[in-house]
Amino acid sequence: MNESLLIDIIIGISIASVPLIFAAIGELVVERSGVLNLGVEGMMIVGALLGFVVQFHTGSPFVAVLAALLGGMAIASIFAFLTQFLLTNQVATGLALTLFGLGFSAFVGRGYTEETIQLITSIHIPMLSDIPIIGPMLFSYNPLVYLAFFMVYLVWWFLFKTKQGLILRSIGDNHDAAHAIGHNVIRYRVMAILFGGAMAGIGGAFLSLVQVPIWGEDMTAGRGWIALGLVVFSSWQPFRVILGAIIFGGITILQLHAQGFDIRISAQYLSMLPYLATIIILVSLRMRAKNKTNRTMPNCLGRIFHSTT
Amino acid sequence: MSNIRLTSILKLSLLSAVLAFTSNVFADPVKAAFVYIGPTGDHGWTFAHDQGAKYVKEHMGDDVVITTVESVAENSDSERTITSLARKNDIIFTTSFGYMNPTIKVAKRYPDVKFEHATGYMLADNVSVYSARFYEGRHIIGKLAGKMTKSNVIGYIASFPIPEVIRGINAAYLAAKSVNPDIQIKIVWVYTWYDPGKEADAANALIAQGADIIMQHTDSTAAMTVAEETEGVYAFGQASDMGEWGPTSQLTGIIDDWGPYYLSRVQAVKDGTWTSTDTFDGIAEGMVEFAPMANMPKDLASWAERTINAIGNGYIHPFTGPINKQDGSPWLAEGETPPAYPDLLTMDFYVEGIDSKYPN
Amino acid sequence: MIRLIPRIENSNAMILLSPLLALTFTVITAYFIFVSILVDIEVSSVFYTLFVEPLTDSYYISELLVKAAPLMIIALGLSIGFRAGVWNIGAEGQYVIGGIAGSAVGLYFYDVEGFWIIPLMAIAGILGGMFYASIAAFLKTKYQVNEILVTLMLTYVAVLFLSAMLQGPLRNPSGFNFPESRIFHDSALLPIIWQGTRVHIGLIIAILFSFVAWFGIKRHMSGMQIKITGSAPRAAKFAGFDDNKTVWFSLLISGGLAGLAGLFEAAGPAGQLTPGLPQFYGFTAIIVAFLARLHPLGILFSASLIALTYVGGENVQIDYDLPSSITQILQGMLLFYFLACDILIKYKVVLFKTIR
Repeated sequence: MNESLLIDIIIGISIASVPLIFAAIGELVVERSGVLNLGVEGMMIVGALLGFVVQFHTGSPFVAVLAALLGGMAIASIFAFLTQFLLTNQVATGLALTLFGLGFSAFVGRGYTEETIQLITSIHIPMLSDIPIIGPMLFSYNPLVYLAFFMVYLVWWFLFKTKQGLILRSIGDNHDAAHAIGHNVIRYRVMAILFGGAMAGIGGAFLSLVQVPIWGEDMTAGRGWIALGLVVFSSWQPFRVILGAIIFGGITILQLHAQGFDIRISAQYLSMLPYLATIIILVSLRMRAKNKTNRTMPNCLGRIFHSTT
Repeated sequence: MSNIRLTSILKLSLLSAVLAFTSNVFADPVKAAFVYIGPTGDHGWTFAHDQGAKYVKEHMGDDVVITTVESVAENSDSERTITSLARKNDIIFTTSFGYMNPTIKVAKRYPDVKFEHATGYMLADNVSVYSARFYEGRHIIGKLAGKMTKSNVIGYIASFPIPEVIRGINAAYLAAKSVNPDIQIKIVWVYTWYDPGKEADAANALIAQGADIIMQHTDSTAAMTVAEETEGVYAFGQASDMGEWGPTSQLTGIIDDWGPYYLSRVQAVKDGTWTSTDTFDGIAEGMVEFAPMANMPKDLASWAERTINAIGNGYIHPFTGPINKQDGSPWLAEGETPPAYPDLLTMDFYVEGIDSKYPN
Repeated sequence: MIRLIPRIENSNAMILLSPLLALTFTVITAYFIFVSILVDIEVSSVFYTLFVEPLTDSYYISELLVKAAPLMIIALGLSIGFRAGVWNIGAEGQYVIGGIAGSAVGLYFYDVEGFWIIPLMAIAGILGGMFYASIAAFLKTKYQVNEILVTLMLTYVAVLFLSAMLQGPLRNPSGFNFPESRIFHDSALLPIIWQGTRVHIGLIIAILFSFVAWFGIKRHMSGMQIKITGSAPRAAKFAGFDDNKTVWFSLLISGGLAGLAGLFEAAGPAGQLTPGLPQFYGFTAIIVAFLARLHPLGILFSASLIALTYVGGENVQIDYDLPSSITQILQGMLLFYFLACDILIKYKVVLFKTIR
């Protein structure tokens, strides 16, 4: 296996991990605040659709990404309203969101299946991009890739280095106590949910604006669900999301390469690897985490907050 | 009443009667329906069938009413869709293998409706099957690939290990090898007919592994777009001309031209001459056609055209011995060509020289 | 300003009214959305085709029942788990594995006649689904791994496994090497209860199970246990109920029923095992369960309603050339509104004037 193939594989993996990073880091914040939003897949596909459609009509990637971000937030707001104000069951509401998102995007997108758009191009940093090996591997991606890694850092900084982040985490661990202290539980959760929607939207847009310039129903292909797994895999620690996304994105890409190398396992079993790996990793984390308190899930995850005003 | 008037009235009545009679015979247009597995926007397999349906409409005008249903999943629901169509149509085209059992079941319940099942093998009094000798197309693109490649690696994006796909791989490989003994083929199975993201990923993986020619047996234009973005990589349109997505990378495309076949079948229903048939046509009959040769030297393009004619005239058969199976056992003797059944229609082996493990 | 005031006791009127309210809101919202997007189509006739027309035609009524049966069976199993707070989101995977297991039995005896073959296939389907769900039960009780993720990931694995089985051991040897099984022989096909249609015995089983579940939940102690655990996990622990047993029970029942539904689909409408076995019944059943508020008898109705939207939606696709995603939008909206209107049972909506 030669060097340029290795570089190509690494680049491929990095790109495959980006939509997962966006979606997972958004959901991580949501879950840290104590809310479980299963609607990630629905928000991602809406982002993919809006990104594609806006890019098609305006030719401006910036506007397209913005539209995807806002679109993700918009449908996340339905979830926020239902779960935080009407106190609906989070699992059911999240599933309804996924269903609605998939149907809505397919419906609106049906007029665009024959169109193509201009993809977002990679940047070229003078000098840095030209360094052999390191150049293409680190410095020649499109801006969204760098944004994804930056968002991870930003979320980490917010959650662990700011007062609001601390409050959010405390709400996730014990919403009754936080409420008693005087924090506005609902407000934090709504903000978190909207942030999650925005991130999922961008993650979806990455698929339609970078990976392949075609719109297809279900083009998210289950990545939203993988992202949910990644959040748990990461033990709700931001930087671990990157690790999980790379492993998962990696296995997906490697499975294709393995076929090219003629590894003698049938393709279906190879394709199972990412999903089995997620389960195995979840289990092994649990096995090792029994004594570490900061590695457990937010206590109030999924529980409905009943304010007693 | 005068005699002249009586005569006029009689003539008029006779004329009206004749008109009424003939207009009754021609009044009802034939109702034809098409069941598609994907969106017509795939610009691949389903698009080609839809072009066929449009061709029928163009040539028959008001004599035909066409209904199309897209993205019908290949599961037990399809039986309901086909039944709904059978209640209102005279002939139904089910354009994917997975509709086979449902088509047969519905055909039993609606003996007066005609059914045409693409790429299947079950026949009945009111069920025909039809398919195309796509492997003739693969022969052409194989030879072009062999001549145009610089890395000597062909990347093949394959969908499902069914005979049709295996035929395509074998034919492409044999053709490429015949003009370029150093050629190697790398195959990636994506287990889907239509998934632009996966197809793009597969194309990228193949390119990373050294392929500079991409072939596909999947339905979207994704691989073509990847080839277009990558320096020095060429690809072929699948089922339709994908030149719009690959202006500098499409060498040619295999075009499934269903129009004339569809027209003849619908016309047969109208004329009352329809019978159950088993069609397996190719270049000679005009079912397999090609997008314009592009992005290659002129003499290569002419050579390709001549090869196409040679196949059409029967001088070349893509599977001509001596050919062995992948495990070395002999398949075709020198000069021998295989019968359609069972060799081609149930093909489940790679030919000698293909390195990959046969799936399962 | 709008405020929610808790009612002293649940409003009985609302228990009946809120589903109807939700349906009304859905139809109204959908009407406005479609009117604005579909400019040249008569939206009211679309709705007629979707909701009313299937009910006027015995063929479509029969197809509605064919689609409702698996939804009922799976939803019944899921509802038991949901009451206990055990979220089996991957019922689709158990459905597939059950379908494979049951079909394998039928295919193994393909040259044997006997009335015992179908019950054997059904048992295999149930066991297959149970086995698959037990993986999640084990991981949850032993390692506290979230069952939502495990069952979901296993769903993808199950679908890939189906593909592998159809390429290999279960493939029809005289089927031109296409990834499909043999067509089931007569002893392996479910008996049809409505002649001339595809309505099979699965419907009777579904209705039977729903009554069994209803009695079970009302009378049996563990039923009550499940009821309590679902709404407040802490409360169940304090009262000494065994959490682990509940998890196992919930997953085995929902897995077993999902597996049975899988077998019914393969041996019923499909008549063979094909890659088209997964039809998202496992996911749609979640909606069915919620729309019925997890009530076993209610599930019979909500499954029929959802089945209606599928059958009607297909006809809309054929008659108006609209995409099938229309059905998904409606189902998503229906669930949203249903969940929202549900609040009216526990809370009263009051308008307050803000006091300055």
